[in-house]
Amino acid sequence: MIKKFDKKDEESGSGSNPFQHLEKSAVLQEARIFNETPINPRRCLHILTKIIYLLNQGEHFGTTEATEAFFAMTRLFQSNDQTLRRMCYLTIKEMANISEDVIIVTSSLTKDMTGKEDVYRGPAIRALCRITDTTMLQAIERYMKQAIVDKVPSVSSSALVSSLHMVKMSYDVVKRWVNEAQEAASSDNIMVQYHALGLLYHLRKNDRLAVTKMLNKFTKSGLKSPFAYCMLIRIASKLLDETEGGHDSPLFDFIESCLRNKNEMVVYEAASAIVHMPHCTARELAPAVSVLQLFCSSPKAALRYAAVRTLNKVAMKHPSAVTACNLDLENLITDSNRSIATLAITTLLKTGSESSVDRLMKQISSFVSEISDEFKVVVVQAISALCQKYPRKHSVMMNFLSNMLRDDGGFEYKRAIVDCIISIIEENPESKETGLAHLCEFIEDCEHTVLATKILHLLGKEGPRTPQPSKYIRFIFNRVVLESEAVRAAAVSALAKFGAQNDDLLPSVLVLMQRCMMDSDDEVRDRATFYMNVLQQKQKALNAAYIFNGLSVSIPGLEKSLHQYTLDPSEKPFDMKTVPLATTPITEQKTEIAPIATSKLPEKLAPSRQDIYQEQLASIPEFQGLGPLFKSSEPVQLTEAETEYVVRCIKHTFARHMVFQFDCTNTLNDQLLQKVMVQMEPSEAYEVIHYVPALSLPYSQPGSCYTLIRLPDDDPTAVSCTFSCTMKYLVRDCDPNTGEPDDDGYDDEYVLEDLEVTVADHIQKVLKPNFGAAWEEVGDENEKEETFALASVRTLDEAVGNIISFLGMQPCERSDKVPENKNSHVLFLAGVFRGGHDVLVRARLALADGVTMQVTVRSSEETVVDVILASVG
Amino acid sequence: MRDRKQKQSYANWDYSLETSVPTGWTGHSLCVNVWTGENAEQEPSLYTVKAVFILDNDGNRLLSKYYDPELYPSMKEQKNFEKNVFNKTHKADNEIAFLEGMTIVYKSSIDLFFYVVGSAQENELMLMSVLNCLFDSLSQILRKNVERRCLLENMEGVFLVVDEIIDGGVILESDPQQVLQKINYRADDNPLSEQTVAQHITEKLALTSNVLQSAKEQIKWSILK
Repeated sequence: MIKKFDKKDEESGSGSNPFQHLEKSAVLQEARIFNETPINPRRCLHILTKIIYLLNQGEHFGTTEATEAFFAMTRLFQSNDQTLRRMCYLTIKEMANISEDVIIVTSSLTKDMTGKEDVYRGPAIRALCRITDTTMLQAIERYMKQAIVDKVPSVSSSALVSSLHMVKMSYDVVKRWVNEAQEAASSDNIMVQYHALGLLYHLRKNDRLAVTKMLNKFTKSGLKSPFAYCMLIRIASKLLDETEGGHDSPLFDFIESCLRNKNEMVVYEAASAIVHMPHCTARELAPAVSVLQLFCSSPKAALRYAAVRTLNKVAMKHPSAVTACNLDLENLITDSNRSIATLAITTLLKTGSESSVDRLMKQISSFVSEISDEFKVVVVQAISALCQKYPRKHSVMMNFLSNMLRDDGGFEYKRAIVDCIISIIEENPESKETGLAHLCEFIEDCEHTVLATKILHLLGKEGPRTPQPSKYIRFIFNRVVLESEAVRAAAVSALAKFGAQNDDLLPSVLVLMQRCMMDSDDEVRDRATFYMNVLQQKQKALNAAYIFNGLSVSIPGLEKSLHQYTLDPSEKPFDMKTVPLATTPITEQKTEIAPIATSKLPEKLAPSRQDIYQEQLASIPEFQGLGPLFKSSEPVQLTEAETEYVVRCIKHTFARHMVFQFDCTNTLNDQLLQKVMVQMEPSEAYEVIHYVPALSLPYSQPGSCYTLIRLPDDDPTAVSCTFSCTMKYLVRDCDPNTGEPDDDGYDDEYVLEDLEVTVADHIQKVLKPNFGAAWEEVGDENEKEETFALASVRTLDEAVGNIISFLGMQPCERSDKVPENKNSHVLFLAGVFRGGHDVLVRARLALADGVTMQVTVRSSEETVVDVILASVG
Repeated sequence: MRDRKQKQSYANWDYSLETSVPTGWTGHSLCVNVWTGENAEQEPSLYTVKAVFILDNDGNRLLSKYYDPELYPSMKEQKNFEKNVFNKTHKADNEIAFLEGMTIVYKSSIDLFFYVVGSAQENELMLMSVLNCLFDSLSQILRKNVERRCLLENMEGVFLVVDEIIDGGVILESDPQQVLQKINYRADDNPLSEQTVAQHITEKLALTSNVLQSAKEQIKWSILK
């Protein structure tokens, strides 16, 4: 022990850190020698270094002391010691935000930047731009313009980079330097070229035409700097993506030609750009894949990493394109850099054959504990994809996953595993019991509340339908005894589902519920009491409504409605039907376990799109009194993408009205549109009540106008209608540069595409987790059934897709997935019709020479059933 | 008040439970998410480097610069990040790692660790060129003695080198020769102009002993390693 101490002493003695025990106050004291004459450059230099070192270590400087030191430092400009001067520039930059009145050094810096000493000029420009604000920028503009085209590369580069930093602050001023930047771009110096290109792109990125011209110019003339090439490739691929240019475009040719560049950096950038392009065919990928294959055997770890990471991405979409590299990837699975090894294995898992799976899994489990969580998530993703591909391998995977679940790991990692197990369970019914057993074991010792509640919810949903539901009860009730409030509450809900579904378990569940009613937390008690009472009624309909299928309304919407209700008290009881429904279609809920997006998820529930629309529409006086917003459609494009005016429409459905919101964008920079409205001619008995015009539509600023129509009251089955639309407006020509409009204008109109209203606009998707219970709940009072032949459809998959998109209802019980090699299928759909009537559809499909469909519709309202059947027919 | 808040959060749980239990998404759509997630290519820009730092062999910060104000804005987060990175990288010289959603390239020399950090989408080779330039420039101004003691003694040179290579996240220069030319700095070898000969001699002596000492250190470390 003593020896160890000695050694440490000795160590810190010999490897002494001159900055180790710096005291801020002592350093500031020392800084007084800045004021001595003559200046001692060595000592001053040392003190400046100490100050910067302290700042770098996170030492906090108060404004007064910083300002004092800063002002003392300005005296050092009198010395001509080069290093000292350079350190002054650094100090200025470091202190720009903490000291006051830093602009005092402006004149010294301006002098240096225009002086004879080239060594000072570049750094002086960078320091000056760091302390300059918009108002002062005008004063140095002349110098900046000169500096950008200066023949000394370091001066030009510094000016260009500083201009780029200042674009954020004063775009308008920097924009005027475009010509100088253009000139700098043809410089011989590679860095100047790169910086000029970066600045030019930044100034022009909103002007697609200018970007295209710039690309044309540089791709033809060629560049010297590999950095600039990388930048060009990025710009080109972005432009290709935006214009949806085909792969025969010259831009694609340019990127492909970069694959033959002599610099590896450029080659890799080009390969990566091609790989990231959407809709790339295997043939177009081939050259990119083959250069990546070469990189796999590079001695440089970074290059191998880059290559295998990119190949991994290719393998997600085009596994077959990567099979050629399998041999090279095999060599990487023992790479000493575990990140490379992991990526190689996960890629092989995607491209390899079923027989290699076991071997690879064994290899990966040998070092899974050594790699970082990010890569563990990659492994889990690969396994998840593998289970899709080789369903028969799920038992191997399940074992592996359960082992991983037992290891240490962060939340993201555990969540990825749990999500993966859940998806396996849903894909393979035969793995359900093992999967649930692993998850039960996991929640026995799980520190993540979110995961525990999620698993309890799943147990509640799946457990009661297994052959032996009783064995889960123990795990669930353990939670009630041992865990935090949130988990206890979730456990109570899960228990209730067992009681509701399994009659023989009901008595024991009721006993357990009784125990839960004595919980210390009021939420848990409330839930237990509520479920207890519902269960005691022993009514299927009640169970379905309150235990299996929870609320389908939007929570923020409910909160708002309740608040509204308490504001003006009335005799009427609160009506749940007035609450807007939740709109987030459950299937599209993205579970982000991408290793990239590890940023914290927002804690608060973001208001849904529909809540935002509700708010917007309510602020327009004409639309008050329409009641709550029932549904908002996805935007429909009413113009081609590349026309003078771009118009899209969102259909908002209310109980008795519809509002069409037209989002218009004016893409002509020499026109100002005023009083814009869209005139609509309905084909049916729909009545246009009101137009709300957009008062003014300047260039490239989107604006909205609205049309309100009343739905026909007398004929509730008239749900579909076609509107012909014409946009009418007043045009005022204006100067494209200043945006100053002429005094008078003229009326004009523009014909838009027709707008269709279909049955889907009247139905909101609602998920019924337990469709059977919901079906019983609605009852057969208004049941109707009809049979149709869908002659034009060839496969069950296609038929299912068509029905869902036509009716706009939510598929339940995963019935939107048609198992392979089946000739018949049953599709369950649930929704709510305008006015708040539940509607359920069961469609039995049979494939024989076209698809035959038997549709059964149930609803609480008879007309709704008729509407659906009529529209299907 | 407290009760109400709790209720609200329960409501949110339930809501998120209902919606977050995946019924429709599958492993496949998940892959696509990763794909599109990464595909959400950033705006092409010159801002390549997110951060650069130099740590000693205990993981202490000797120099560090963060160029993206949104990435680890507070000193605590920065040091925490550096600690994580150090723990994951100091055992094996693997050159490249991926941590907390960042691509990190690194290099070690005796008792120093050099790191350059970029976004997940960044071209790894660009980051490598920055790291190599940093290392080669420092190696030259430190006369190949790239170790902690020598580095600290020439800290001003180190600050200047970093400043010449990266400006606010933009790669300013990637050629070590150019960097050296621009800063015109030489370790402990200033011209005689302002010093007496005696001073110079003592310095020379100190330098020799320095060299000896650092050589000793080097040997020691290589043995310890």
